[in-house]
Amino acid sequence: MSHYIALTADEREQMLATIGVADVAGLFASVPAEVRFPPLRLPEPMSEIALRRALGQRAGRNASADRLSVFLGAGAYHHFVPSAIDQIVRRGEFYTAYTPYQPEVSQGTLQAIFEYQSLICALTGMDVANASHYDGGTALAEAAVMAVAVARRRQRVIVAPGINPQYRAVMQTLLQGTSIELVSDDRPSASLDDAVALVDDRTAALIVQSPDFYGRMHDLRSVATRVHAAGALLVQHFDPIALGLFQTPGEIGADIATAEGQPLGVGLNFGGPYLGVFCCNRKYVHKIAGRLVGLTNDVDGREGYVLTLRAREQDIRRERATSNICTNQGLMALAAAVYLSLLGRNGLRRVAELCYHRAHYAAAQIAGLPGYTVDQSAPFFKEFVVGCPRPVADINAALLERGIVGGYDLGADDPRRERQMLLCVTEMNDRAEIDALVATLGAL
Amino acid sequence: MSTYEPPIFEYSAPGKIGVNLPTLDVPPAELPVGLLRDDGLAALPELTEPEVIRHFTRLSQRNMCIDTTFYPLGSCTMKWNPKLHEEVARLPGFANAHPLQGDALSQGALALMDDLQGLLAEISGFDAVSLQPAAGAQGELTGILVFRAYHRQRGEAHRSEILVPDSAHGTNPATAAIAGYTVVEVKSDADGNVDLDDLRARLSPRTAGLMLTNPNTLGLFEQHVRDVARLVHDAGGLVYGDGANFNAILGIVKPGEVGFDFMHYNLHKTFTTPHGGGGPGSGAVGCSAALAPFLPGPRVRRRADDPTRFESFVPEQSIGRMKTFHGNFGMLVRAWTYIRTLGAAGLREVSETAVLNANYVQARLRHVYPPAVDRLCMHETVLRGQIAGAPGVRTLDIAKRLIDYGFHPPTVYFPLIVPEALMIEPTETESRRTLDAFIDAMLAIAEEARHDPSLLHEAPHATPVRRLDEVRAARQPVLCYDAAALARLREAALAETH
Repeated sequence: MSHYIALTADEREQMLATIGVADVAGLFASVPAEVRFPPLRLPEPMSEIALRRALGQRAGRNASADRLSVFLGAGAYHHFVPSAIDQIVRRGEFYTAYTPYQPEVSQGTLQAIFEYQSLICALTGMDVANASHYDGGTALAEAAVMAVAVARRRQRVIVAPGINPQYRAVMQTLLQGTSIELVSDDRPSASLDDAVALVDDRTAALIVQSPDFYGRMHDLRSVATRVHAAGALLVQHFDPIALGLFQTPGEIGADIATAEGQPLGVGLNFGGPYLGVFCCNRKYVHKIAGRLVGLTNDVDGREGYVLTLRAREQDIRRERATSNICTNQGLMALAAAVYLSLLGRNGLRRVAELCYHRAHYAAAQIAGLPGYTVDQSAPFFKEFVVGCPRPVADINAALLERGIVGGYDLGADDPRRERQMLLCVTEMNDRAEIDALVATLGAL
Repeated sequence: MSTYEPPIFEYSAPGKIGVNLPTLDVPPAELPVGLLRDDGLAALPELTEPEVIRHFTRLSQRNMCIDTTFYPLGSCTMKWNPKLHEEVARLPGFANAHPLQGDALSQGALALMDDLQGLLAEISGFDAVSLQPAAGAQGELTGILVFRAYHRQRGEAHRSEILVPDSAHGTNPATAAIAGYTVVEVKSDADGNVDLDDLRARLSPRTAGLMLTNPNTLGLFEQHVRDVARLVHDAGGLVYGDGANFNAILGIVKPGEVGFDFMHYNLHKTFTTPHGGGGPGSGAVGCSAALAPFLPGPRVRRRADDPTRFESFVPEQSIGRMKTFHGNFGMLVRAWTYIRTLGAAGLREVSETAVLNANYVQARLRHVYPPAVDRLCMHETVLRGQIAGAPGVRTLDIAKRLIDYGFHPPTVYFPLIVPEALMIEPTETESRRTLDAFIDAMLAIAEEARHDPSLLHEAPHATPVRRLDEVRAARQPVLCYDAAALARLREAALAETH
């Protein structure tokens, strides 16, 4: 009997007698006999001691940011996770609770999610945030769906250059059964202006990532004006840490804004679980996917929180729903709420400053190395593109020998970008780490 | 439970901070003035670490959870979440691994994923597994998009309909619709099975597939599952398995052996990765060899040139990528640990005990709360909250009264085809003592319903808040902290009490 199961042999017998069957097998009479009780060829069970040892060894075979200097970003970021966050996330009251469908006994989760929604609104300047999507890529796909639902007869969604290629892939996969047409200008010279020029009366939305995949920040105020003039929506995919310093989707007039929320205290986790941040203008609240928590009062007049505007969701709308999302990333939203509460306005600005100034310090040092170039054609936040004198794979192999995880090899996705490396510098990379990176690059 | 806790914004005061950050150690660069935000982040609060921790700890005390409470939420499999899992998922080599660091630097993670793919395939009788989908609903969409790709490749793009039984979870029809299919509903028969005559009538050359939950949402094993699969296959369709109720059949029957072509696993149900107050989940999928080429990538396999090493790959005709990176990897570590803790006999014990517990609850309550279908159930039982002699009492009242007895209510009003449904899933990790206490509470509530129904109508009585005004929440939505809206609400409450 496993240590998770509490029934004794006697209790089983008594319970079977109450039910009126002779043995446990008798409970499964509805399963066809020929296929009942198949052998499971699984390895022998392991003790907790053996499991810890085995998993410790497996984990030890991965490179990890606690032992190496990491200058790799490209959609997943090594940012500081304050110790206080996991103390909250690991409270059984949060992580072993279910979706708060019974509000009287779920006020903890409900208020925490309400505060997450509120903190995301405060961060972004947007009106409404939902209780989360799976990650940045799926949030962006939901933004495309919502834009088309809002715009009605317009089916085209234009994707500006500089979008993370994984986001583009996720959108293509998730939208393949819909009538939504994803349009992009894939010429190497294509600019954001070219994408704006594609917006026409068939276009529901323009999707822009800023800072984009290559780290460049775009001034989106005039873009929003032009997109709106064409009767379309502007969707901005943003970096939540950049908002510690830089213009918000709310300020520029974005209609929908999405982000990968992983930098907000979630950690790298080999790619998941992460956090899909989704927010929009209040005009579109009835079209938003996923859960929303709202403020109300109870029968005694006390303030409390409930899941609200539920008529949008799949369990009620069924085949008329525009999204099938049910489970979300609630615990990661909690982590983000704790993160934003701990950092607050002062901490978030400081983290953004550390990223910005250290990234620019690193870029300036690398630009001074013979054979290397840095793309400084546009302002950047924490990532920038480095032209390298040798194949990026060779450089990264040499960096690893010095305990450094180098940047993302852009040539791996796009042959036109051979020998280009996307480097990321955050508050985790201090000056000594940056100097070591620069020295190693210079010595190659 | 903790009494009132104000919104975190009310603790804010200028100048406070809750983290200890480094100072700038490089010369500052020039900032692009035109791109700076205008508001100085004024709406974000300012708090210290102790204030933040105390606030969220006090919030946590306003939740029921598995660690404190029996949580028999049907269809959700609220089983024990082992504590070891929380340790191992946070091992630095897992928690601090970057998803793009490359296969060579990720051999430990890839080995675990390869292993888990194999374990899940064996448990379910499928040929191939993808761990990518983030949740059950994403697993469903994966499956239906794979069906679509399969039919297209065979020149049968005209197949435009997905059949869904009337007892299905809402995600099933929603999934089929967003994958571009027309949803055709199939009726259930009096025994709670798919009505075979109705199924025959709905099948046509337009049928792309059927989505079937087995055990179904009535908690019953679909007795004619092989006939159902045969009919669908004969019509040229494929059979999708919603694995939400897989906890009933580990080591009991393999879906891949009774005609399912594709299935999602809810790792956060059957394989006990914590529900987290709504997520994260993991909706890994398994399928037959014929569908494997269409699975989303990356998947993981052993390298042909060196079987001691692992690589990620994208199947040749893959539908694409369902989410970024490798799936909810932290959930995969937990699920792997669970399967390796229990082994084959332990998994079968899980399902046998889950089914025993559910039938015990049903047997002891069926005289008072009539089952939707009165036959042996699987891991959950659907009862009706229609108590003889208490006509004014509804399922909602019973659910709320259970809270006063210290239990989380069951799932209510689902499946939709059962009036006043109470869907009870005890899971295998509850003791006889807990089950008896719950049953006694249900019986006591039935007595109260007959003799003092106001106790039920006004329940719950001792929670931090009582029944909430959901109409107000929806009519005057306040979805984000707003001091003025809060003041109005407080004034209204004050006016009402005077």
